Amino acid sequence: MKDPKIYGLLAEFDTAEAVVEAAQRTYAAGYRKIDAYSPFPIEELWEAIGFHKNGVAPVCLLGGLLGGTGAYLLQWWINTISYPVNIGGRPFHSWPAFIIVTFEMTILFGGLSAVFGMLVMNGLPQPYHPLFNVDRFAGVTRDRFFIAIFASDAKYDLLETREFLQTLHPHSISEVPT
Amino acid sequence: MKDLTQVEPGEQKAPVMAPGHNYGTITDKISSIVLKKPVSKGWILGFLVCFVILQWMLYGITLLFFKGVGVWGVNIPIGWGFAIVNFVWWIGIGHAGTLISAILLLLRQSWRNSINRFAEAMTLFAVACAGMFPIFHLGRPWVFYWLFPYPNTMGYWPNFRSPLVWDVFAVSTYGTISLVFWYVGMIPDFATLREIADKKWIKYVYGMLALGWRNSARHWSRYETAYLLLAGLATPLVLSVHTVVSFDFAIGIVPGWHTTIFPPYFVAGAIYSGFAMVLVLAIPIRKFYHLEDFITARHIENSAMVMLATGWIVAYGYAFEAFMNWYGGDVYEGFVRFNRLHGPYAFWYFALLTCNLLIPQVLWFRRVRLNNFVLFLISMDILIGMWLERFIIVVVSLHRDFLNSSFGMYYPTQIDWAIFIGTLGFFTACMFLFMRLLPSISIFELRTLLPEAEAVKHE
Amino acid sequence: MKMEEQNGKPHQEEVCPGKKDKLNLESANALIAETKGPEFWRSLEELAGSGEFQEMMHREFPKGASEWLDSVSRRGFMKLMGASLAMAGMTACTKQPMEAIVPYVKQPEDVIPGKPLFYATAFTLGGYAAPLLVESHLFRPTKIEGNDKHPASLGGTDVYSQASVLGMYDPDRSQNVIHAGDVSSWGEFQNFIRGPLKGQEASQGAGIRILSGAFSSPALADQVQAFLKLYPGAKWHTYEPVNRDNALEGAKLAFGQPVETQYHLENADVVVSLDADFLYAGFPGFTKYARDFAARRNPDSGMSRFYAIESAPTSSGVKADHRLPVRASHVGAIAATIKDGTFLVKGFPQIDRGLTEEETRFMRAVSRDLRAHSGSSVVIPGEHQPPIVHALAHAINAQLGNVGKTVVYTDPVIANPVNQLESFKDLVADMNAGKVQLLILSGVNPLFDAPVDLNFAKAFEGVPLRIHHGLYQDETAEHCHWHINQADYLEAWGDTRAFDGTVSLVQPLIAPLYDGKSLHDLLAVLSGEPQASGHEIVQAYWQKQHSGADFDMFWRRSLHDGFVADTAYSPKQVAAKSANFAQSASPDAKAIEINFRPDPSVYDGRFSNNAWLQELPKPMSKITWDNCVWIGPAMAERLGVQKRDMVRVALGDAKVDLPVWIQAGHPDNSVTVFLGYGRKRAGRAGTGAGFDVYPLRTSATPWFTTGAQVSKISGTYILASTQGYQTMDAGDVTRPIVRTATLDEYRKHADFNEEKPPAELTLYPGYEAQYRSENYAWGMTIDLNSCVGCNNCIVACQSENNIAVVGKEQVNHGRHMHWIRVDAYYQGDRNDPKAYFQPVPCMQCENAPCELVCPVGATTHSTEGLNDMVYNRCVGTRYCSNNCPYKVRRFNFFLFSDWDTPQYKMMRNPDVTVRSRGVMEKCTYCVQRITEYRIKSEESGTKDYNTDADLKTACQQSCPANAITFGNINVADSQVSKLKKNQRNYGLLDDLNTRPRTTYLAEIRNPNPELEA
Repeated sequence: MKDPKIYGLLAEFDTAEAVVEAAQRTYAAGYRKIDAYSPFPIEELWEAIGFHKNGVAPVCLLGGLLGGTGAYLLQWWINTISYPVNIGGRPFHSWPAFIIVTFEMTILFGGLSAVFGMLVMNGLPQPYHPLFNVDRFAGVTRDRFFIAIFASDAKYDLLETREFLQTLHPHSISEVPT
Repeated sequence: MKDLTQVEPGEQKAPVMAPGHNYGTITDKISSIVLKKPVSKGWILGFLVCFVILQWMLYGITLLFFKGVGVWGVNIPIGWGFAIVNFVWWIGIGHAGTLISAILLLLRQSWRNSINRFAEAMTLFAVACAGMFPIFHLGRPWVFYWLFPYPNTMGYWPNFRSPLVWDVFAVSTYGTISLVFWYVGMIPDFATLREIADKKWIKYVYGMLALGWRNSARHWSRYETAYLLLAGLATPLVLSVHTVVSFDFAIGIVPGWHTTIFPPYFVAGAIYSGFAMVLVLAIPIRKFYHLEDFITARHIENSAMVMLATGWIVAYGYAFEAFMNWYGGDVYEGFVRFNRLHGPYAFWYFALLTCNLLIPQVLWFRRVRLNNFVLFLISMDILIGMWLERFIIVVVSLHRDFLNSSFGMYYPTQIDWAIFIGTLGFFTACMFLFMRLLPSISIFELRTLLPEAEAVKHE
Repeated sequence: MKMEEQNGKPHQEEVCPGKKDKLNLESANALIAETKGPEFWRSLEELAGSGEFQEMMHREFPKGASEWLDSVSRRGFMKLMGASLAMAGMTACTKQPMEAIVPYVKQPEDVIPGKPLFYATAFTLGGYAAPLLVESHLFRPTKIEGNDKHPASLGGTDVYSQASVLGMYDPDRSQNVIHAGDVSSWGEFQNFIRGPLKGQEASQGAGIRILSGAFSSPALADQVQAFLKLYPGAKWHTYEPVNRDNALEGAKLAFGQPVETQYHLENADVVVSLDADFLYAGFPGFTKYARDFAARRNPDSGMSRFYAIESAPTSSGVKADHRLPVRASHVGAIAATIKDGTFLVKGFPQIDRGLTEEETRFMRAVSRDLRAHSGSSVVIPGEHQPPIVHALAHAINAQLGNVGKTVVYTDPVIANPVNQLESFKDLVADMNAGKVQLLILSGVNPLFDAPVDLNFAKAFEGVPLRIHHGLYQDETAEHCHWHINQADYLEAWGDTRAFDGTVSLVQPLIAPLYDGKSLHDLLAVLSGEPQASGHEIVQAYWQKQHSGADFDMFWRRSLHDGFVADTAYSPKQVAAKSANFAQSASPDAKAIEINFRPDPSVYDGRFSNNAWLQELPKPMSKITWDNCVWIGPAMAERLGVQKRDMVRVALGDAKVDLPVWIQAGHPDNSVTVFLGYGRKRAGRAGTGAGFDVYPLRTSATPWFTTGAQVSKISGTYILASTQGYQTMDAGDVTRPIVRTATLDEYRKHADFNEEKPPAELTLYPGYEAQYRSENYAWGMTIDLNSCVGCNNCIVACQSENNIAVVGKEQVNHGRHMHWIRVDAYYQGDRNDPKAYFQPVPCMQCENAPCELVCPVGATTHSTEGLNDMVYNRCVGTRYCSNNCPYKVRRFNFFLFSDWDTPQYKMMRNPDVTVRSRGVMEKCTYCVQRITEYRIKSEESGTKDYNTDADLKTACQQSCPANAITFGNINVADSQVSKLKKNQRNYGLLDDLNTRPRTTYLAEIRNPNPELEA
């Protein structure tokens, strides 16, 4: 059965090892619409819930390339086509002088696209989230670990899933109201 | 509990964090500085002092904008004075932060985790100070934006061959990336503060800053990648910034400027002064906010070693400069050496050598590296020395160049000093605010240093 | 970091441990001893190391901003005052003279706004005319140029006439008739004066005295005669503190009559100067002499040889092939020796005249050289030398048969050639005797500059009615019952004679700004015909002179040309009596001698309020805004003084405290002081500047005397010099800044001038092809052989390009604004150095280092090779100046230009931007003139791109010596192209591969082998 008023189930764990192991078992049990929460990044944890490709790197690369080529082309266009001027007897297309700006722009656009790419893909900023309704969840920013199975999961059933979570010996289980 | 921050000589390296901590205690200890502790008298006094000094700068700037750059000691031939000296000096100081955060992160130097946060803050404030000077030093500061890459009404663009335009790009990029790096690093800690804060409006503020962060594993994954990429990009960036700054001189034909050693020698110098500033800040901070558990003797000692190393790179720079002056056989280059040793500014050249080369050699002794007070003094000495280095490079090179008829002298005026010292006030005032309002140590990164966190990896 | 305090403290040791010496002369000597080859230096400090900098560390105000922030320098003061003038709104009205004045080129009716007209007129100094063309924009005179048609100018000018345009617009000039301290009017004066004149009729004006400066105006002389006919009892006196009495008396001594001496240096193979500074402004005929002298210094065609015997270093002496510094009192003996030497056919006289070995040897060589060039040599006596020296010079020239060839005698130029000092003494005597009831002074300032022993002030107070007529309400006006504001020469009609007698008509360029009255007007009133205008008077006079019906033609022609044809004096046949030099017991060699000299900038004090002249670096010391006492190195050593120390110069019971300038090449046991400073009522620029030395000057010894006491007193004084370190030595190397050779070296291997960078020394394709494809490629050469360091180019540039004056403090900060400067370098033994002048404008480098580094592209290269400066785009990073190896860029550290004073607005050249605060500026080869020329030539559609005839830069135009050549280097037969092919041509610092378009012609000296040995 599914209760529309419930967003998902949240199991709380005490240690990193526990949550990682639980995550692996949840994933093995066939749950897919799940997520894990920890007070600090744990590589094993996102591996455990089957999250392997995060797609930040390609975005960063793309941004960097755009910034670099853009900067160089702009300088080339200004100095040879738009408004060529004799500056101290140097050629219009003084490519060595243009490298600096090109480099800096590569870094700038690469860096910014990495960060904003990350935020966008994480769906941030997102001031409200149903999980915040669970009081115990505040502990995740301190020393608690959680696993959530969302109602949207195909295999999700309030009772069965709760029983399954019990088998993981969590510290507590709470329902997440929508 | 035994003070683990002081290590007996002969004993092995100090730990990066004192034992007996768990996720909770770390969180409480650091967040309490921001949330729980009452505003101490010391803090208020310190902040006020800095704020007063800051007013001195404002006075100087006002005078400057009303009357013109003539209020400084600059003239023909010495077109650049304190403004550029201070600019280069501050930018140099601004290097340590990103360096520690980025390079040490790539090198997996976990000890960085407890000092990178305020090192980054220091970088930002230093870059802010540096950024002011290029604008102040313009003859017509109100049109500074003409250096930005846009066509004016005649369709005319800036001159991309000029190192000053490169500066604009390098410094603004560096500022932006550092800011982003710093902020991204704080997002999870904002979330922590959001949950711990008891006052509603404080919750609200930190909540906004946290962007709704909820420690999801997926988020962590993207977060870690982005952070790593940022570090990877920031590393060449931090090296490029002072390289570009050194081009301001190396591109010029002025004897004493026109040399290829400048980029590496400037970067080394930057790190040198940067770490000095880190120590000048870290030593008092850990003392007054009782952070000895997290900023341990290990950090202090490592920083000291970095200074020793970079100090020698700088020494190499000096030696090579002098050598090339002689070896190049150029009349004017040769005179640079002569003038530094025998000219009217010789005293300051020797002072520079003493500050940067002689005194820091005591860092060879571990006893010194572990003595906070001495270390603090040495760091101060290095900061002064590096300022002098920039003074020698900028002023002493300019004051006697090619035509003897145009030799001149530079005398700093009260306004020169007011604005320079004023920026020190600005910088420290910002640091005071930072310590009080933001988590000065990265909480979530410290958590990863705990044994139980380490344990996960060894399954 | 204690640098701030350091600067304040005189204790320099800390700052500069390497250099303990406070001007250690032993080390100086040592350094001289060990330096090999041509080693250059400018001053003892530099010789001794960094003493110069110790001095500079003594300056007060670089200590901190505070002092000069408030007193925003004299310039700032000028600005504030200027704004508050009762002149507001006058910019609106251009005041045109009533009478028809004839334009030089075009009829006034087709005045085209933006196109200047040139009018011929003349400036007069000490009675001698400097013929001018004055550029006028819509009837506002803006720029002075030499009248190239006039034989006495040939296009050149001198600093005084160049700067006179600023004098005309000077807001401090007297603007009212003053009576008893209150503003009155010309009308009231006319009413008033009738009474006193009536009172004099009974005694036929026996109580009337008129004192004026020397004048040569025929019309004025005529008017004076008329006046004296009216009042036979009246007397006319002439006195100027800097006069030519010696020359006059010398002529009387030699010929029994006052004759004018003219020289034809174009014919002179050997020139000997007996203490004559004939290559600087103030010497009658300077512009022509400079031109002729320079023409004969060309090593490729019969180069002349120049011996200078000097009692004080002058810019003339700098050009000498052999220079002998002697005390002024010794010149007589030397002249006599030369005379004997030249009279004897062979051998050399053994008469002991107290000459040293060295001097005797020198004179032997000189005499031989003179004899060898009989008829093509000339001996020039100095104005400051007593009559006997002049007489001896006349005798020598006669003996050598130079008369008629290199020396010509004519009638005197001055209208009434009296001994001015005697004339003045008579006046004072009459005043003391109470014979004077009505004293009229015109254009003189005796209360400031009268000989101190005559006690003029006392006698003056005794005169019942004193009327002052002058440009300024000066020290004298203050003590007169009436003051009548005089009209500047640019505002009034008149005529005047040049040194060769040629009469120039002076036509006004603008109606009197303050309704000033000329001396013609004043005399007309005194002669009871007040309605007669200056114009009528002058015209009437020439009507009388001109026989023939075509007077109008003649008048127009004369106005147009700027001179009356055929008025030059014809040579006079006079027989020189053999002058016998009575060997006076030459004064004790130990006694200290003192020389009085007119100041190179403010002359006798009359130009004190001319800021251009005040800020003009003196030729030798490069000091601005001040005078000082020159002391020779050896004497300074004995006194233990160094530059900028204060000393007390005492003569009899008169004392004056002066700052010291140790002048290389100054004779020992002798000091030189300069007149004209220390004015009390000069105006905002002149008042208080420098030190008044007139209190030392007596009527007995106006030019030099022995028996002065010089003693060091406490304290130092800031002398603002525009050149920092002026040796070409740096460290242990001599920099090839001025390249020199002797005539022999030059002839033997004309390729002495090495160090030319290979053309292919570049990684870049370059713009060569493009430059060559243009119609014009601008270039300049500066002939160091010709340059006489007269500073003319500096003032001309300042006037043409609206260059701001910054005041003493800013100059001392190294912030002077001159676009072209004249560097002076000294070489060799500091007691008798060789010296060199080097004018330095922008080099217009083809690979300009300044352009590369400008972030906003405010300085870029034009297709014609100009290094353009775009003021509007400049943001003021000053990077370009840092990167300019020649340091020719100037920066507006404050708002230096005076934007408020209305007079200055009228004066400015409308073709040139008035720069604002915070922008860089520099020489652009007078791009406004280039553009004007290009427009004209495109209108005319000419295909001849040789611009030599019609396009000259301001500096080039004003240069009396033709040292500067500017033109199109794309045209093979342009003068500049030819000069650039000359072996002497070299680029300054061309090893930097900046490819300067401005190049120099190396300096060649022509020493006498006999003396070289």
